[in-house]
Amino acid sequence: MIYNLPFLTVVALIAIGMYAIIFKRNLIKIAVGITILESGVNLFLITLGYREGGVAPIFTNLPPGISPDQIPEKMVLPVPQALTLTSIVIGVAVLALILSFTINIYRKYGTLDAGKIRRLKE
Amino acid sequence: MNVMEHLPALIIAIPLLAAFLTPLVDKISKKVRNAVVFIALAATFILTIFLVQDVFENGIMIYVMGASNPTQTIPMQAAVPIRIVLEIDGLSAFMALISVLIALIGLIYSFSHVEERGGKFYTLFLLMLVGMLGMELTGDLFNLFVFLEIASIASAALITYEFKRGSTTEAALKYIVISSIAALFVLFAIGLLYGEYDLLNMAAIAKAIKITGLSNIDMIALILFFAAFAMKAGAAPMHMWMPDAYGEAPGAVSMVLIAVTQASLYALLRVCFTIYADSLHVVIPAAIIIFGLISIFIGVTMALIQDDIKRLIAYAAVAEVGYILLAIGVGLYGVLNNEVELYARKALQGGIFHIFNDILDIGLLFLVAGGIIYITKERNLNKLGGLAHSMKYTSILFLIGLAAVAGLPPMNGFASKIMIYESVYKVSPILSIVAILASIIMLAIFVKIFHSVFTGPKISEQKDVPKLMLASMIILAALIIFFGLFPDIIINNIVNPAVNALIENAAYISNVMG
Amino acid sequence: MLIKTVGGYWDPIVWIVAFIVIAIIAYIIRAFGKREYKGGEQTKPFLSGVEEPSKEKVHVRASNIYWGFIEALKGYYDYMKRMHSGVVNDYVAWFVGVAAIMFVVMFAAVII
Repeated sequence: MIYNLPFLTVVALIAIGMYAIIFKRNLIKIAVGITILESGVNLFLITLGYREGGVAPIFTNLPPGISPDQIPEKMVLPVPQALTLTSIVIGVAVLALILSFTINIYRKYGTLDAGKIRRLKE
Repeated sequence: MNVMEHLPALIIAIPLLAAFLTPLVDKISKKVRNAVVFIALAATFILTIFLVQDVFENGIMIYVMGASNPTQTIPMQAAVPIRIVLEIDGLSAFMALISVLIALIGLIYSFSHVEERGGKFYTLFLLMLVGMLGMELTGDLFNLFVFLEIASIASAALITYEFKRGSTTEAALKYIVISSIAALFVLFAIGLLYGEYDLLNMAAIAKAIKITGLSNIDMIALILFFAAFAMKAGAAPMHMWMPDAYGEAPGAVSMVLIAVTQASLYALLRVCFTIYADSLHVVIPAAIIIFGLISIFIGVTMALIQDDIKRLIAYAAVAEVGYILLAIGVGLYGVLNNEVELYARKALQGGIFHIFNDILDIGLLFLVAGGIIYITKERNLNKLGGLAHSMKYTSILFLIGLAAVAGLPPMNGFASKIMIYESVYKVSPILSIVAILASIIMLAIFVKIFHSVFTGPKISEQKDVPKLMLASMIILAALIIFFGLFPDIIINNIVNPAVNALIENAAYISNVMG
Repeated sequence: MLIKTVGGYWDPIVWIVAFIVIAIIAYIIRAFGKREYKGGEQTKPFLSGVEEPSKEKVHVRASNIYWGFIEALKGYYDYMKRMHSGVVNDYVAWFVGVAAIMFVVMFAAVII
């Protein structure tokens, strides 16, 4: 059960994020929703990479008590961590872009209500 | 260093380098900046032609990023591919060729009128190209996600290039919200597959799925991939962002956005035909066909009531995506039922050929619409009229695009559409009936534009569009006529390798996994 | 030039040759007509005896073209306009809805 806790958190975060994006009409809240959704996905990736008793794959910086012979078993392939870092960076870029669009929309439309920002319809 | 060996990396690296060089060169002079951008894109185009030729002659090309030997996919100590692998088969080469060609034409078009904030414009333009090319050349799922985001961010920023009109920012906001959600679901699906197989390489995952069969997690990942890429490809009823984004973007950007959309379509094809392939349930081709039919129907009927010229063309673009999806769905259905030679090969040929025709036809119409808006500063069809008096060449070019997109013989649109009509008939006659009827409405739509924009009494004195604009449109029109008169050359030389790559996925796997 | 389709073939050159031949035949038939005919009252549109308005006044505007078609499909278009609401939340809701339907259909199909 305790090992499934991160995955339950992932589901909860994705659900909260999608709820915010679908039901909240404020553009800032939509941006927050996307960020929460993204955190959920990032948490999912990083949870996949967790190995019990694993060490970082840095040869020169091994913790004491681990002999170099055990290295292949103990070392963790750092792919999920790399994916998560990349995803976080992309997420920041997307968030910045959404917020800058929001600023411009507020200047032009005078509102942040997604229900009123619909000059483009039909 | 052998240049030919490093082609795939160079094709992505050159526009990327040029993209970040552009703002610096922009400080020197505008002419130098334009020259740098053009040379970079032309070089990419030439290298892409070499790549395409190589792939069509010698089969799949592999490039391993950062390896001492670029063809060694599996490192010494490992059993599976760890590094990022670029894998180019017939389909990737075909899509890359389209993307670069369209970007080059769009660039020539942009040179004619993009003046203020040009440095930023061309940076984003090149980044958009990098995103598309990366998506099409990569053989790695996570890399696909990264390039998907690069393309989305760059195109969202380009959509709102004329940010003084508030509605462009609205369109861009909708686009980036939709794109980032789709991309996050793609990432989640990648995470699911990684959790199950510890793999990110498409070929390796395809092999693993082939061996173990379709598990429930695979299926969840498949649905997430499918829904996300279908939305990014503009399949109805998830198409609503498309008229907004296409309609508000500047002229050339609308055209290149079609290529971005089709890169997502490519990703959908890759997931369905290569990664899942034979383990797919027959529901998936049925879903693609249904999406195709809904897209065709909603696209043409909604286009009929539009008054904004670019928005109208954008809805027609939704319908064109529907044709491609219809053909691809029928092709996939045939492949799964082992009826390749009966109709599936023809359906896929028609569909893949239509990818090229769609971008040429709709692209030409977008360019003409952009030219009209540039000259008259007016996008409402009710306020336009009589432009054929002053814009003779533009109106002729528009007629060519109109005939092509409505599928009138002897244009290229007819050549691909007749293949689609006849092959989907084998699955169900209803499919071809809807397709043909929609084609007729499509003609009606563009007659509406032609009537209200070009014919009628002269409203005001206008000059014709700038020369470079005209030149880019003429290139497109020439391609349309050439493709229309000699469809066999295109199908035998460019389309068939792509279709073979779709049908035979074993080669894609064995080239990486040995 | 020739491409094979499922039911037959398509050759644009043959089509163009046929087009030219038919155009020549049509021109020849047209040439049989009386040359001296110059028009007159009969060629003008008849509007209950009212003088025909100038072309500027009767040019049909874009939103009036296909008025009958749109009027006949009013129910459909009303629904479509409501569907294309232009609210970004709805766009995402459609995506989630489609994904949910696909989940149900896929798993139902596999279980059956």
